[in-house]
Amino acid sequence: MKIPPPMAMLAELTHRCPLSCPYCSNPLELEQRSRELSTRDWVRVFQEAAQMGVLQLHLSGGEPASRRDLVQLVQAAQQAGLYTNLITSGIGLTKARLEELDRAGLDHVQLSLQGTDAQMADRIGGYKGGFDRKMEVAGWIGQIGFPLTLNCVLHRENLHQLPRALDMAQEMGARRIEVAIVQFYGWAMKNRDALMPTREQAREAEVIVAKAREVLKGQLMIDFVPADYHDDYPKRCMSGWGSVGLNVTPEGTVLPCHAAQTIKHLEFWSVKDRALSEVWYDSPAFNAYRGDAWMKEPCRSCERKHIDLGGCRCQALAISGDPAAADPVCIKSADHVKMMQLAQGTPGAAPAPLQYRAQPGKSPVRSDG
Amino acid sequence: MIAAGAVPKIPRGVRLHWDHIRDRWVLLVPEKTIALDQIGHAIISKIDNHADFATLVARLATKYDAPDSQIAPDVSGFIETLAARRILEVL
Ligand code: SF4
Ligand code: SF4
Repeated sequence: MKIPPPMAMLAELTHRCPLSCPYCSNPLELEQRSRELSTRDWVRVFQEAAQMGVLQLHLSGGEPASRRDLVQLVQAAQQAGLYTNLITSGIGLTKARLEELDRAGLDHVQLSLQGTDAQMADRIGGYKGGFDRKMEVAGWIGQIGFPLTLNCVLHRENLHQLPRALDMAQEMGARRIEVAIVQFYGWAMKNRDALMPTREQAREAEVIVAKAREVLKGQLMIDFVPADYHDDYPKRCMSGWGSVGLNVTPEGTVLPCHAAQTIKHLEFWSVKDRALSEVWYDSPAFNAYRGDAWMKEPCRSCERKHIDLGGCRCQALAISGDPAAADPVCIKSADHVKMMQLAQGTPGAAPAPLQYRAQPGKSPVRSDG
Repeated sequence: MIAAGAVPKIPRGVRLHWDHIRDRWVLLVPEKTIALDQIGHAIISKIDNHADFATLVARLATKYDAPDSQIAPDVSGFIETLAARRILEVL
């Protein structure tokens, strides 16, 4: 099988973040600042990425604004010819810093929204004053004229705020909104009972999105990631393992997806030791689930195997204990019923306290419920 | 169909880019890369944020040596599809 060059790279510049969202996709073991890649390392990685075919660069974290060299990094990405997107909570960005980013050539901003009012947003983000600050930042983004995408993770507590989030996106002048129902990896797994939307909620979200897409056609582009745990068949994960995108962690480990390190037996390589192209084409972790030779039954003889590629490897590991098993979302999986039960949650249960994401080197805290 | 006097625009954050690895033109837009065929590339590269739709069609008609009325629907369809996704603007 010919391995195509990657199209997109997600650079997790740091795991540090002023917020501590209980569904954060960062790993449970957060990387310390002292182990983060240097400016020079990142600049080299951006250049290598562009040379091997990466077109889009997503600067993420943690909170990328927590890196003091953010402007320099954007400049380097720009010079390498990459389309550069900043994924931020807004905290840590001042007007002056945004203007510097503008001059550095930042192409696009993706602003995360934890809730549509201060009460919800600050509770979910675990950061008092965060919402007000974010609104201020949104204003500056609009003034400067950055193309903006608003990004909302929806779950049991805030799903009812979706209509307001759609309005807010328009008020902010966003061209796009990304609405994703929470996925259960990392920290979100620890908060499954508190965050899992009910089936009815998940359906309602689909209806709201379908209606809004009609009404807002040409005004607001809505990208929706529905909850796959209520479906019969899984989705293709990451557009295929090691075929379109790659992630680089704060200390330089290169991953096929952000949750890949939960698969403990895989051997990951780092940009500290090797060229990025070597990692992409030759590392054991990237080659582990390329193609279909790794598949077991029921995937191996399934007619959908080239459609969904067996779904998500990390979900298969988390629920079935085997990363080469079928994604348990699939009705052909032996664990489909288990998955459905997990997705049902405990109807009518009292709201569970949230376990917040930790900060690098510190232990996590809980809300009082 | 797009009105003759409407002006198609490429907004900030949308970039035409030569993909030197895959030998093709692409449109880089937020969260997406759109591969352009020859016609798509011709349309995008004629958009200068000033020319109105009729002028664009006339330019393309000259380039492809075809009557305006024959290519206008295709050009309109292409631009409208992208405008619906807020990748192009028509003012
Ligand atoms: S999900 Fe929340 S805690 Fe995690 S990086 Fe984003 S803003 Fe920070
Ligand atoms: S059996 Fe495997 S390949 Fe077939 S639909 Fe289920 S997950 Fe996809």
